[in-house]
This record gives sequence, C-alpha cells and structure tokens, in this order.
Amino acid sequence: MSASWLLIVLIAISVAGYFLGRSRVMASVQGNSRQLHSLPNYYGLNVVMTTLVPALVLLIAWVLIQPMVAQNHAASMIPDDTYADQGALNLLMSDVRRIADGLDLAVKSGNMTVEQAKDIQTGTTDIRSRLGEVGVALGSDVDPAVLTAAQAYRGVTNTGRWLMTVAVLALAAAGFAWSYLRTSKDLRARNLVEHGVLALLVGAASIAILTTLGIVLSLIFNTIEFFKLYPALDFFTSLTWSPSFGGGSQLGILPLLWGTLYISLIALLVAVPIGLFAAIYLSEYASSKVRSIVKPLLEVLAGIPTIVYGLFALLTVGPLLVEIFGAGGFLGLGWMKGGTAVMTAGIVMGVMLIPFVSSLSDDIINAVPQSMRDGSYGLGATQSETIRQVILPAALPGIVGAILLAASRAIGETMIVVLGAGAAAKLSLNPFEAMTTVTAKIVSQLTGDADFASPEALVAFALGMTLFVITLGLNVFALYIVRKYREQYE
Amino acid sequence: MKDMLIEERTAMEDVKISAKDVNVWYGDTHAIKDVSVEIKDKTVTAFIGPSGCGKSTFLRCINRMNDTIDICRVEGLITLDGQDIYDPKVDPVQLRAKVGMVFQKPNPFPKSIYDNVAYGPRIHGLARNKAELDEIVENSLRRAALWNEAKDRLQSPGTGLSGGQQQRLCIARAIATEPEVLLMDEPCSALDPIATAQVEELIDELRTSYSVIIVTHSMQQAARVSQRTAFFHLGSLVEYGETDRIFTNPVDPRTEAYITGRIG
Repeated sequence: MSASWLLIVLIAISVAGYFLGRSRVMASVQGNSRQLHSLPNYYGLNVVMTTLVPALVLLIAWVLIQPMVAQNHAASMIPDDTYADQGALNLLMSDVRRIADGLDLAVKSGNMTVEQAKDIQTGTTDIRSRLGEVGVALGSDVDPAVLTAAQAYRGVTNTGRWLMTVAVLALAAAGFAWSYLRTSKDLRARNLVEHGVLALLVGAASIAILTTLGIVLSLIFNTIEFFKLYPALDFFTSLTWSPSFGGGSQLGILPLLWGTLYISLIALLVAVPIGLFAAIYLSEYASSKVRSIVKPLLEVLAGIPTIVYGLFALLTVGPLLVEIFGAGGFLGLGWMKGGTAVMTAGIVMGVMLIPFVSSLSDDIINAVPQSMRDGSYGLGATQSETIRQVILPAALPGIVGAILLAASRAIGETMIVVLGAGAAAKLSLNPFEAMTTVTAKIVSQLTGDADFASPEALVAFALGMTLFVITLGLNVFALYIVRKYREQYE
Repeated sequence: MKDMLIEERTAMEDVKISAKDVNVWYGDTHAIKDVSVEIKDKTVTAFIGPSGCGKSTFLRCINRMNDTIDICRVEGLITLDGQDIYDPKVDPVQLRAKVGMVFQKPNPFPKSIYDNVAYGPRIHGLARNKAELDEIVENSLRRAALWNEAKDRLQSPGTGLSGGQQQRLCIARAIATEPEVLLMDEPCSALDPIATAQVEELIDELRTSYSVIIVTHSMQQAARVSQRTAFFHLGSLVEYGETDRIFTNPVDPRTEAYITGRIG
C-alpha cells in the first residue's frame, strides 16, 4: 500500500474510532452525559488522538528514513573500483534509482512479470530498450553491477513498503484498542485531549525554531567550506571585491559592507524623520476620521513588493536625481554620473521603510498612558510641549527599537539595491556614485553558472552568514533596549 | 471654635470660581445638568456623590481639561476671578497653569524627581536661573512634605517612588507652577491609609494659600479635610453648603440618603 492510501485508511479508522469511542462512553452511562467526567466529544477525540498520532508519526518517519536505508544497501552492492569519488557515486546512484523506477513502471504496465523484473540480467536482455518501451530513457547501456544494485534497491523498497503498511496499521489498531478499552465514564478525556493540543502547539513552535536552526547550520557548513578555500583574514580585511571565475579572485567583504551600511544610513535618514513625524501627527494631532483614512493609506506602502520600489528607483528617482545633481543638471554640479547610485537606492529604500517606522512608532506613542498627557496638560503645557518633553521621552526606547528593526530590514534589502544602486563594489564617500551591497552580491554570485564548489560561489554563504550575524545582533540589541526600558512608565 | 474661625474667614473672602447653569454633554449623554455653584478662595471644597454623578466631569470643566476630549461639549458660564474661562480670549493652556490639577492615579513623568517638579516652572519660565529653579523645586517638595524623603535622590526617577510618595510628587509638581486653584480628582483613592493621612494633612496645609477642590468617594475624607461640600447626584448639584451642616443637617432627602449610606 502506498503512503497516501495508508493515510486514507488511517483517517477512516480514526473517524470510526471517534464514533465508537463516543458511543461506548454514552452507553456506559445509559446516555446520561451528566455523569461523564468530560463532554462526550472528548472521549471520541481521545480515541482519534491515540489511534492517529503514533501511527502518523511512524508513517512520516518511515517515509523519510526508508529511501536512505535502501540507498545505502544498494550502494554497498556497487564495487568500490567502479567510481572515483563521492560525486561519481552519486551519479551512479541516480542511475540505480532510474532503473529501479523503470522496472516498477514496466511491471505496472504489464511489460514484465514480477519474476522477470527480479531475475532480469544484462547478459540475456537489452534492458535499455526494454525500459525504453515503457518510457524510461537511459543514457547508456546498463552495467551489471548497477542493475544488481537497482534490483536490490527495488527489493528493499518493496519489502520496506510492506513492512511499513503492516507496522503502521498494527500501531493504529493497538492505539485504537487501548484507548477504546480505556474509555469509561471516569476517564479524564478532556485533560488527555488538552495535553494533545499542548503537544501540537509545542510542535508548531519547535518547527519554527528548528527551521531557523537548519538555515543557520546550512550557512555555517558552507561558510566553513569557503574559508577552507579562501583565507578568512583576506575576506574580512581586503579592500577589493573582484571575483573572477577563472581563479585569482579578490573577495574582500569591506566594499560590500560599506555599500550596505551607506545605503542603509541614507535610507534611515529618510525614513526616521518622516516616519516619526507622521506617527506623531497620526497619534497626537489627527482626528479619528483623518486617522482612519491616512493610516491604512500609509500602510499600503508596506504592501508594495520591493521589486516595484526597485523599478521606481530605476525609472523615476534615478533620472530625477541626475537631472538635479548630474552634469548639466539643475544645480550644474556634475556630481552624479548615472541614475544608479547610493542616493537613489537609499532614498527609495527610505520610502519603503516609512510605514515600518511610522506604524511601529504610532503603536508605541499610543501606548504611552493618557495619564501622562493629562498630567502635562494639567500643568499648563501645550500639546507640542507635552509631545516633546513627556511623550517622546517616554516612548523613546520603543522608538529606538523600531528604528533598529527598520535598520535590519534596510540591511537585508536586495531588489531596490540591484535596480537602484548599481553593481560596482566600491569604497567611496560620494553618495552619488554607484555602489553595491552584500545582498546584491549574494544574488549575483549564485545566479551565474559557477561551480558550486568554487570559492566564488561559496563566498555567497560567507556573505550571508556575516549579514545574518549583523542583523541578528541588531535585532537582539533592539529587543534588549525595548525590554530594558519598557516598564518605565507603567 | 473651629466653626467660628471658618465662618469668619469665608465671610471675609470673596468668591474665587463661580459657575452658572453649566451643562455638559459627552456625545448624546447629558453628564452635567444646570449646575450653579460658587467656590470660595482659600477654602477646601469637597465634591461628593456616587460614581458617574458628574463630579469629576465638573472638576475637569474648571481647568478646561475637557477640551482634550473630542465629543465633550460644555455650555454655561464659569468664571475665575470674574473672568469667563470659556471666553475665546482665554488661552486654555494659560488657564491650566493657574488652575493646577492632581489626578486619581499618581502619574509622575518618566523623568527624575527634580525634572518632574521643574517641569511646570521650566515651561512657564518661572525661574531666571538654575539657583532659582533649585529653590522652587525645594520649596515645592517641602510644601508637599516630600523634601526629607527625596532630597538625597533628586536625580533618580520619579517612577521609583512609592505610591504615596508619587502622589505627593504630583502635588509638588502642581504647586511648583504657582497655581491659584488646585483641583484634586480622588487624590487618595490609590493610596494606603498612612499615605492618605499624609496627603490629607498636606491638603489642610495648602488651604492657607490656595482654593482647593477635592473630589472624593470617602465621606469621612470630605468631613475631615473640607470646609464646604457639594453633593452631586445624577449630574445635578443637589446640595451645597458648609461641610458640618451638610453632614449633620442635610436639607435634601437624597443627601441624607447618601451620607447615611442608603444610596450610592
């Protein structure tokens, strides 16, 4: 039975279990549900839980582990001298899987009997053409060792599948029997079900955490791989970034880091004052009518995909800035040579961050208790004195937290940089020059047709790791500040 | 003996605040109905009455704190020293500097004790230099009976004080602005009996310089600290007069019912 059929059977058993468990407990009290410890539904759900959950866990684990076992078994069939390294073995193994799948298909379509598929040999049959008939194309003639491995692979897979069906159904039946027999009016079914729900919640929380851990681990391993090929000292101190896929690359992170921080700085210089002032207006001055219209409008900005902001930078803001700061432009300064520049990307990124800053600050300003405002007004302070001297100081830790969160978004931003800031890695102070950031370079290093084992591709992981550490540090710092000063006015 | 002194004084001093036919609406709710009252200078006046009877609302009309509530509408005439406080010529901000307010819950700003007290004087430019400001802060804290406890920690946050100290800090903060009238909206409801006693002592002391209006739920408190009492019920002013007379010989049956504990 395949895993999906098994799943359907399991669900059918548990639905039946629900009604059986429910009716058993109702029968035990002659239909008077007041004598039960829990509501009748809980007894049914308890049976469902005990039937379904262990069987399902076993099913998932089996589906995940079986291919690994089969593969190891098949790989041991292939003599060591047929392949040179791990890569060659991987290629052979993918052949093995293709042949095994082909044999399955041939049996299913009636082209071969089960015995034929088991006993077929390279000497007697042209396997390549036989499999070609059922639509499985093989690149070359089949090596006898590979065929043996494929048959072994099939064998393990088929046995495994039977075992899985038996084991899962047995576990489900055992779970059902145990919980069904346990069902009586004194069973604390409600508590049991609630423990189950708790386990579900814990599971959901741990999946989120484990995923993060997985991402970090994959970054770490590739980063270590990179530092084996390229000296870490050069990576962190070299002032040049010039990857060349022929070898002899200079992979210094500093120009990229400088570009990232410079663009983020300009973005924050745009976003923080505008966002903060907008938040002050919205939370302190605007009537509720204005607020109900303006706030959603401002938050629409947050919903625009960043690639659209990138287009805006490329097509509108860049040319506009050139017209002002470029040679022969409005100011006649000739500072800006092309539309893509730190300034372009920074301004557009700042616009993107406005709703981020304003929305968070607005919430924080609103959280300052009304009694603070009353106290200040009661002493004869004007509204603006109250905001400057009481509300902003009280809200400051939260606002700083909001700004730091915005900063970590700016640092991680990619699309606006790709389209707005150019691709040249440069260490320059002129904000009208093209520069690039860590994120943009990660994209360009991995989207080429570079060998994944080369330092030019692996550097992307080291860059990603550095970025991750920086943004993590910023987030932790932001949370620390918010927490440390939170209770001050409570 | 005490009664005679009060009568002498009230006879001598004139009316500080006068309200005539004041009506207040919150949206459609008629919160204050035709209240007319005359509050005398250098006297503690208590507003008593059951919850929701409008005593706090009326208090907030006197320094126009209700202006900060969008849906609130005030009609009628309220004068301070004969000047209509709802006249368009009157700046509510200036008015609030003259009519200080202390709230139900202590609400010190998240600043140091010193900065809390110096807040009003700084805004209104009452001190010409740092030495004068220091003096104002010290005097205010002394008058609020907080100086001895706070003098060694003037730079530590005001929110770090105990509840009773916080409320005295708020009173010091209000005094520092040199108001003429002090409004107190249930100033002791968040305090324990000892802190309450300290604040009540303070109120009695403040009477020498200010007109104090105190809203309270405790009739014992009204009897202890006030010379005149106003009883509000369902938005109307039911009875107003000498505290001793209100508590011993109420005219209106509703007042009697309230002070004997039958309604409210």
